[in-house]
Amino acid sequence: MHRSKVRIVEDALDANNTIARANRADFDCHGVTVLNLMSAPGAGKTTLLERLLAEPLEGIRVGVLEGDVQGSYDSDRLAALHIPVTQLNTDPGFGAECHLDANMVRSALPSLPLAEIDLLVVENVGNLVCPAEFRVGEDARVMVCAVTEGEDKPLKYPLMFRTCEVVVINKIDLLDHLDFELDRFLYNLDAVHPGVEQMLVSARTGEGVEQVRDWLLRLTARTGVPA
Amino acid sequence: MHELSIATAVLNTALRHAGDRPVTAVGVRAGRFRQVVPESLRFYFEVVARDTPLEGARLELIEVPVRLLCRACRGEWEPDWPLFRCPDCASANVSVLAGEELEVEYIEVEEKEATCTGAR
Ligand SMILES: Nc1nc2c(ncn2[C@@H]2O[C@H](COP(=O)(O)OP(=O)(O)O)[C@@H](O)[C@H]2O)c(=O)[nH]1
Ligand SMILES: [Mg+2]
Ligand SMILES: [Zn+2]
Repeated sequence: MHRSKVRIVEDALDANNTIARANRADFDCHGVTVLNLMSAPGAGKTTLLERLLAEPLEGIRVGVLEGDVQGSYDSDRLAALHIPVTQLNTDPGFGAECHLDANMVRSALPSLPLAEIDLLVVENVGNLVCPAEFRVGEDARVMVCAVTEGEDKPLKYPLMFRTCEVVVINKIDLLDHLDFELDRFLYNLDAVHPGVEQMLVSARTGEGVEQVRDWLLRLTARTGVPA
Repeated sequence: MHELSIATAVLNTALRHAGDRPVTAVGVRAGRFRQVVPESLRFYFEVVARDTPLEGARLELIEVPVRLLCRACRGEWEPDWPLFRCPDCASANVSVLAGEELEVEYIEVEEKEATCTGAR
């Protein structure tokens, strides 16, 4: 026996990226635009979706894939909107992963009504670290950051803030009650991701949510392949 | 926390290249921007490698500093905090030259000595 060094030089996430591309091809083939929605737990992803999807989105048919470690609380909330919601729990079989990866989403493909929707919103598991590393086959990534989370979040989780094309700053209805310095947050965000699109909203009151709505319409127009 | 996911990804990449050869070490290049905590990655790697041909393999971590290039003024810098706007000309047109990588660079394997098949 002797030891030898074998050079590999391969992205450790290559396997995930390959599956993500396969997912993307399947979504494209059905003309479905896919949005990966990420945040820390409790930033307001589900509330934002409830707001956004309460009324029809100008003829765009929306479906939601709910990633959760356990339970179907968010799916149950969204079911009230009468849109197709598919639950994907990361617990059974996936070892309680703290994020969705391309393979988990692939496993959910057969239960997604791809022929009946134009836009699929994937609500990722609440976590600011791992979801940023794992593409699932999305066209765009959006993150929600609540003003209750503090001004330093972009500096602590730069990969997440850099990987998203829109940062939704949520819970602005609480600004008067907090010592959150919005300017400092925006300064940090600009350092980490200069020029990133940012939207100030309150999913609770609905303030600013129309910006997200308009952006969703632009996104679907930009990426939607006519079926 | 994400070290568990990364350890698993590293393991699977190494396994695919190792075939059935026992692996004694894995070299991983991790850009600083990936925020990998070395002790944590080593810990999880040891756990996920159990009962595989990589059990007991050493994880050799090569940390790569972040290096950025401003496409407007061609300035280069190594930020010590996540500053991606050019500190000289304030341009946002910045490329990451290094510091984003997360690669399995090599594996060290035990090979059986090639048996001599030549005619005597
Ligand atoms: N005050 C306030 N609370 C909000 C807002 N958006 C969400 N919440 C609350 O924050 C909590 C977590 O929201 P949820 O949508 O479940 O977060 P998710 O984990 O990101 O899906 C819930 O109690 C929401 O009612 C907001 O804009 N303002
Ligand atoms: Mg939710
Ligand atoms: Zn510059």
